[in-house]
Amino acid sequence: MQYIGYKGNELTYMETPTLIIITLLCATGAYILGRNRASNIAYRAGKKNVLHSLPYYYGVLSALWCVLPCLFIVLAWNLLDDYVVHTAIVKLLPGSVQALPDSEIELMVNTVINNALYPNALIGSNPPDYILQAGQDYLRWQQLSQLSLTVVVLISLGLAFSLGWLWIKPKVHARQQVERVFQWFLLFCASIAVVTTIGIVLSVLFESLRFFQSVNLFDFIFGTHWSPQTALRIDQVGASGAFGAVPLFLGTLLISFIAMLVAVPAGLMSAIYLSEYASPRFRATVKPILEILAGIPSVVYGFFAALTVAPFIRDVGDLLGLDVSSESALAAGLVMGVMIIPYVSSLSDDVIKAVPQSLRDGSLGLGATQSETIKLVVIPAALPGIVSGILLAASRAIGETMIVVMAAGLAAHLTVNPLESVTTITVQIVTLLVGDQEFDSPKTLSAFALGLMLFIVTLILNYVALYVVRHYREEYE
Amino acid sequence: MNSNSGYNGLFDPMLAPGRTLDFAQQGLSNKTVGNPFSEKAKMSVRNLNVYYDNKQAIHDVSLDIKRNEVMAMIGPSGCGKSTFLRCLNRMNDTLDNCRVEGEVTLDEHNIYDRKQDVVPLRARVGIVFQKPNPFPKSIYENVAYGPKVHGLVSRRAQLDEIVEDSLRKASLWDEVKDRLFSPGTGLSGGQQQRLCIARTIAVSPEVILMDEPCSALDPIATARIEELMAELSQNFTIAIVTHSMQQAARVSNRTAYFHMGRLIEVNDTRRVFTNPEHELTEAYITGRFG
Amino acid sequence: MSKAKSKVSIANNLNTIDLVQRNLAKRKRAEWRFRAYGVGAILFGLACLLILFSDIISKGHGAFMQTQIYMEVTLDSQRLNIDDPTSDQQIRQANYDSVLAQALIAQYETGSTLSENTADSFKPLSALDKRQLLNLISTGAVYTIGQRLSDNPQLLNQTVGFWLIADDDVDNYVKNIEHGGKGFSSRLNKQQQEWVNNWMANEQVRQVFNSTFFTSGDSREPEQAGIHSALVGSLYMLLVTIGLTFPIGIAAAVYLEEYAAKNRVTDFIEVNINNLAAVPSIIFGLLGLAIFIGFFDMPRSVPLMGGLVLTLMTLPTIIISSRAAIKAVPPSIRDAAYGLGASKMQVVLHHVVPLAMPGMLTGAIIGFALALGETAPLLMIGMVAFIVDVPNGLMDPSSALPVQIFLWADSPERAFVERSSAAIMVLLAFLITMNGLAVWLRHRLGRSYQ
Repeated sequence: MQYIGYKGNELTYMETPTLIIITLLCATGAYILGRNRASNIAYRAGKKNVLHSLPYYYGVLSALWCVLPCLFIVLAWNLLDDYVVHTAIVKLLPGSVQALPDSEIELMVNTVINNALYPNALIGSNPPDYILQAGQDYLRWQQLSQLSLTVVVLISLGLAFSLGWLWIKPKVHARQQVERVFQWFLLFCASIAVVTTIGIVLSVLFESLRFFQSVNLFDFIFGTHWSPQTALRIDQVGASGAFGAVPLFLGTLLISFIAMLVAVPAGLMSAIYLSEYASPRFRATVKPILEILAGIPSVVYGFFAALTVAPFIRDVGDLLGLDVSSESALAAGLVMGVMIIPYVSSLSDDVIKAVPQSLRDGSLGLGATQSETIKLVVIPAALPGIVSGILLAASRAIGETMIVVMAAGLAAHLTVNPLESVTTITVQIVTLLVGDQEFDSPKTLSAFALGLMLFIVTLILNYVALYVVRHYREEYE
Repeated sequence: MNSNSGYNGLFDPMLAPGRTLDFAQQGLSNKTVGNPFSEKAKMSVRNLNVYYDNKQAIHDVSLDIKRNEVMAMIGPSGCGKSTFLRCLNRMNDTLDNCRVEGEVTLDEHNIYDRKQDVVPLRARVGIVFQKPNPFPKSIYENVAYGPKVHGLVSRRAQLDEIVEDSLRKASLWDEVKDRLFSPGTGLSGGQQQRLCIARTIAVSPEVILMDEPCSALDPIATARIEELMAELSQNFTIAIVTHSMQQAARVSNRTAYFHMGRLIEVNDTRRVFTNPEHELTEAYITGRFG
Repeated sequence: MSKAKSKVSIANNLNTIDLVQRNLAKRKRAEWRFRAYGVGAILFGLACLLILFSDIISKGHGAFMQTQIYMEVTLDSQRLNIDDPTSDQQIRQANYDSVLAQALIAQYETGSTLSENTADSFKPLSALDKRQLLNLISTGAVYTIGQRLSDNPQLLNQTVGFWLIADDDVDNYVKNIEHGGKGFSSRLNKQQQEWVNNWMANEQVRQVFNSTFFTSGDSREPEQAGIHSALVGSLYMLLVTIGLTFPIGIAAAVYLEEYAAKNRVTDFIEVNINNLAAVPSIIFGLLGLAIFIGFFDMPRSVPLMGGLVLTLMTLPTIIISSRAAIKAVPPSIRDAAYGLGASKMQVVLHHVVPLAMPGMLTGAIIGFALALGETAPLLMIGMVAFIVDVPNGLMDPSSALPVQIFLWADSPERAFVERSSAAIMVLLAFLITMNGLAVWLRHRLGRSYQ
């Protein structure tokens, strides 16, 4: 797989929108013609109910006849086009080049394309003739490909148009057919979530498997030394660097733990106060204000953590004679906790409100105070929901990226001291993947392995949270 | 037809041939007939007015509840009888929009006094609700809840004793003694309601308020609760709200009839059901509205 | 009831109220404490919000003002290397650095009118001094001069007064002094401070609204850096996200609420959507990197890619909120339409979707606000590049506002941190506007079917 190289094949992107616009225009025309034709048939037959469906449905049907095949062709063409042209370029290159390893050939192909598209970009470098030649061919093919696509699309438009025209007969169940297409469209949209999940699993899984070919899974999960940088040196590429992820796991847990320590009491108590004690007016004012905390982007929290909270904690530590790192886990954790407060509070608020008033009445009627009622009846009754809310908040803390990227450290220290600097899974993913990447080195691939771990952990947390809530609802109703 | 009179849910003139109930729609007097007052009052209510926001739900009600009697409160729905009952242990405090004026005394002490705390009040005046509302805890925990909260016991053995005693008094012991630690929500409706009664008497209150305790139950479960009330009245003062006149006739010593937020008549139960003084009471008793 | 039992209960009866009273004070205190915890938690949240906002405003408000320095520059054609004043080419490529340096140095070496009250005005400057003097003016100042000359070529060989952008260190120093401080001096040496003080005494220094911040792209020099390109990039991405997410989200929600049968496939889709809504955003970045860039070979750092990744990330949230909005449409309306013989598609398109629209819009706007502030997945797909030019389309390399904030916050220069705060203020202004719009929509359109 090749990630390097910015490929601005503008030709493709200039032409495709035009084609789509033409297709849509044709579809509009087909709609009008189809509707009129259906109306005419009905008119000639002299009575309206000769048609199975309303004329409007026949119009929509003809339009669909135009749009669907053409969109399919354009999409398929654009997907295959790159591959075909690439293969063709490789065939054009001299045999000596073709004998090179795949990654080198890829690089060569990119050089060809870049030379062809931006002939003046690389002044000074004198590419060999075969590259220039291949570049010329590449441009020609691009144009040819685009031209033939246009022709194919136009022909199929014409074909579909006339087929659709002929298709309009009174006994055709136009409404059912249109509704069926509509339903398929809806189903397609709904399944994008499934496709996304599959995409996530495939993308992290495949790269992780490649990673685990060079690094032992056991070493990765249980190793206590993490320094991917060493693997960058040429003599160590492919050799196992130090990919023991335990310090990252521990760092992630430490920061998330600090965050939960802030967020759970604050979120839970404010939810309790707002739903059990506060007057409706107070609640209506304060709740949206607190929820602003959830709407602030995490990069803002990261800024706050790195430039305000961390120096503050370090200064306080200095005053107390403590040695505090300027990227302490404490700073990142505290700020992350503040960010998570509204998650905990709004999820707990929902479940606390779902506890029936009759239970509160029962307890108050026995003479329990309000806090006793809350602690002994309301909270136990809402506990599964609260637990699931806390799990979801924890999953958010573990997956939170920007705060830790900006405020936590890069070096992997194996420590649970909140005053020291630790690094986290997400920090390492960002560090490993931002900037130039060598996609064959374990260093880069390890980011995907970390991503896989992160995905699995959050998936388990979410699943347990959903299960707890579902189970509890069933029991409760 | 008085379709726009505003009271048209109360009765249908078509069902009362030969007699018009115009007085039911005219301005009602706040004066109560019968004998609402007593020398041996456990609780007494004087000039009680209750408002929900700006709507008045109870109009100037005065009434005494005698020690160890069963006082039944009847009346058509929306007449304020439940509201009245909930004023007796200040359950209405939990509603934000409810305002109470007047005086309610328990053993000659005003429970709406500023210094009065609702906690000891509710320990003395317990309440059982319309719908059984056991906590989602074990049967044992449900009954032990009150004594634990109030710190009535210091040893586990004492608590066990109270739980058993209360369950026996609620005549539930034999049915649940083998599954004290299974959830209270797993019981049948009638058992749940008896569990709630056991939960209430575990605190040893002096007065028990019951807000239509049988309306969610089947006839057999109702009969058991009614038997229980007769037993309980030996030790407790009971005030019960019911929509069933038969139930009032069966279980109570005295009956109060409420109408449109007014207390119309209070008399011995037998008197109310055989020879009511007020024509509204009579109309209700004879089933012309309700 | 046995005798023993009733004895217990009577004993209880006597004790109950005393026992309750005995514990009462303690329980009241516990009640009060519990309430205090609640109030404390709320105050903590509010305090954090207040501190966060005031910290950012105090750090960033300065970036909206900019220091300029007045300089009289002689546009000597020889120094500028211009033989032919009519040639645009020559004017564009002229050596403005040289005339600017000349003007600066001239103040001190020849004693121009502007600096006659300085004691050492005739002392020649060393090469180091000259360099330090030049450093006080932004390297972008030459564009101001060049622009003026190309607008107005007859100024050639004349002495013209310019307000030139000061270097960021001078900017900081001046702002600090104007706010009553002693001057943030660590980046300016004594000599430089003296020069600046002199200028200030001569009223050669002024503070104006920093329009550069809104009209230019990123730059290595803080005083020339702006958020324009990042903002445009963000808006392009948002456009892609809205264009894709909103129709797809509504369609998916309609399918799940109105069409889907209760079976395993539907269950599977639902579980997927719920899980995706809680997957960390960085994972979507990995997806974009591996699938879009790696597999489909799409270009990096372009708004289209960013928009696609944000679409996948936002979609589950939008589907969930749209479903809630559809659920809130009373079934009676569907029954009424079906009763008249409408087909399912007609019921959905004519009744359900229009009625649910306000709710769906509200949820969608909140989702888009989250997408606008998202940073982590954009880092993965290479939107951290240093982008100076304003993108002209969905396929131009661009940055995004939150990424710009991240990049600037990481810079060592104080002036970049100031700009980062200012960019946060702009971002928050957008988010608050969007959320306000959502709240307004809910109030304005919310009651259409009640």
